[in-house]
Amino acid sequence: MKEITILSGKGGTGKTSITAALASIAKNSVFADNDVDAADLHLIFNPEIKENHIFYGSWVAAIDSELCTNCGICKTHCRFDAIHYKPDGGLEINPFECEGCRLCERVCPAQAIRSEQSTNNNWFVSDTRFGPLVHAKMGAGEDNSGKLVTQVRRKAKEIAKEISADFIVNDGPPGIGCPAIASITGTNAVVLVTEPSKSGFHDAVRLIELVQSFKIPIYALINKYDINPEISNQMATFFKTEGIQLMGKIPFQEEMVEALIERKSIIEYNKDSVVTKILTDLWTELSRVSLGYTYDSRRI
Amino acid sequence: MAFKIAIASGKGGTGKTTVSVNLFSAIYKYWTENVQLFDCDVEEPNDLLFFKDFTVKEERKVFLSVPEIDIDACKFCKKCEEYCEFNAIVVMPKVKYAKVSPDLCHSCGACLVACPHDAIHEKDHAIGSISVNRTKDGGVLKEGNLRVGSPLQTMLIKELKKESQVGQDIVIYDAPPGISCPVVETISDADFVILVTEPTPFGMYDLQLTVDLMREMKKSFAVLVNKAGMGNAELYEYLEREKIKVLGEIPFDKNYAAQYSKGMLLTNIPSHIKQEYLKLVDQIKIISKEHEGDYNS
Repeated sequence: MKEITILSGKGGTGKTSITAALASIAKNSVFADNDVDAADLHLIFNPEIKENHIFYGSWVAAIDSELCTNCGICKTHCRFDAIHYKPDGGLEINPFECEGCRLCERVCPAQAIRSEQSTNNNWFVSDTRFGPLVHAKMGAGEDNSGKLVTQVRRKAKEIAKEISADFIVNDGPPGIGCPAIASITGTNAVVLVTEPSKSGFHDAVRLIELVQSFKIPIYALINKYDINPEISNQMATFFKTEGIQLMGKIPFQEEMVEALIERKSIIEYNKDSVVTKILTDLWTELSRVSLGYTYDSRRI
Repeated sequence: MAFKIAIASGKGGTGKTTVSVNLFSAIYKYWTENVQLFDCDVEEPNDLLFFKDFTVKEERKVFLSVPEIDIDACKFCKKCEEYCEFNAIVVMPKVKYAKVSPDLCHSCGACLVACPHDAIHEKDHAIGSISVNRTKDGGVLKEGNLRVGSPLQTMLIKELKKESQVGQDIVIYDAPPGISCPVVETISDADFVILVTEPTPFGMYDLQLTVDLMREMKKSFAVLVNKAGMGNAELYEYLEREKIKVLGEIPFDKNYAAQYSKGMLLTNIPSHIKQEYLKLVDQIKIISKEHEGDYNS
């Protein structure tokens, strides 16, 4: 079984549309939406939810004003400036600033502070026309530390083992921070979906540096390549020097959005789309090669 | 005090950066020179790419105090491991092993309090850098840049926002995508939030999530529709139903997308798009005045 993660660095380059298109080609696969912060894959997959689980998020502390003696010890210990004096003089914790370290709770001599884990995140196991999908919905303002991403991936792996799937396809998050790191560790290959803009290029370079630090092979796709053929060429040259295989250049097409509006993948919308051949080649390549990675246990 | 505007969007790639840099440049040219842009998308900071000539006025590394365990003093009692809510400490008494993973540490200081043997001391660990840049026109752009491999983007944003805003009329925060912690940190002290969206099903779904966050945080906000003309009418129906103020629409234009890809600013964009930005500046003038009114009363 191989696990493939679709990433981009920059947002809006077409990760989700490409993941959906790949789903139209992939056989015997499990899908996982790793972009839990703003999950969109379900809009095309139209999942029939089979399991709904609460994910316990980070801790948030609160002061019981009945028990609080106003000694201020918690305030001096809090490094996140989350504890403030109210106009009436009592102490309170701003839940948006609380980091969830629980130090205040531990140092309070009056035991007036309690932390609770947020229950504002959910993850789901669903049936879809493409195969099983594991996805999540994060509550607004929650801590996306990558733990929910890890949970989604863990479940997808479990299902893949159960049904002897050949592939797990992860639709990754934007950026290079903790959700991206959680989506990369231990995956067998990364498909980089990028676009030929200064920002797209800049972000791709940072992502490549991150992925290469895990020694994971990268396959690149340049989406909307004709928006700027010059930058596309520069990117192609850069990929070559980095030993990254460029799997195809996809032109800008209104069809992508039209398909999305009908809640279809581009290949379902038009089976003769240029994307069909590019992604079929990509899939054949991914199926053909044995993908190895070096697991780096220092990273989570 | 500066009027602080955050530019946010649940979905990535809707145009936060484009709107931020163009608004920054339009405000500077047509309203006030006392405007600063803070690039809070520290994972992928791109605002500077749009300014051909700029000088770096100041650059500093940002460190987090990360604990180090002194193996000679450590009694392997595991108290620090127990206190650490971020799984950053591993202690194995049998093999006399105790170590902190700096990239998991949130620098809360709990382990220091936990240790009864004074075996933990802090040292600096780089999480990224902050630069203060002056663009050719004269506007100041402050950027946070996360070290590749560091998962502590929110900490860096917090640090970036400590940069001085003295003497500014307007401060613009270019937020990261999404609706989680880094976004909350960016908009926490914003007086007004502009939500950039696009009229596609992904854009609209992610906008709904972002609107929920704005309401939860009790932020005053309005929507700017980018790439208008693409997609469908669903978005507009939602905005009307929810009575959400629309600040303007920036039409989708493939030629403009090509300009953007080269990193071109206001001066090089089609006039109908420039007009939209000038209208946006006028609207912000009104909104900031209203805010000032609220503030004084």
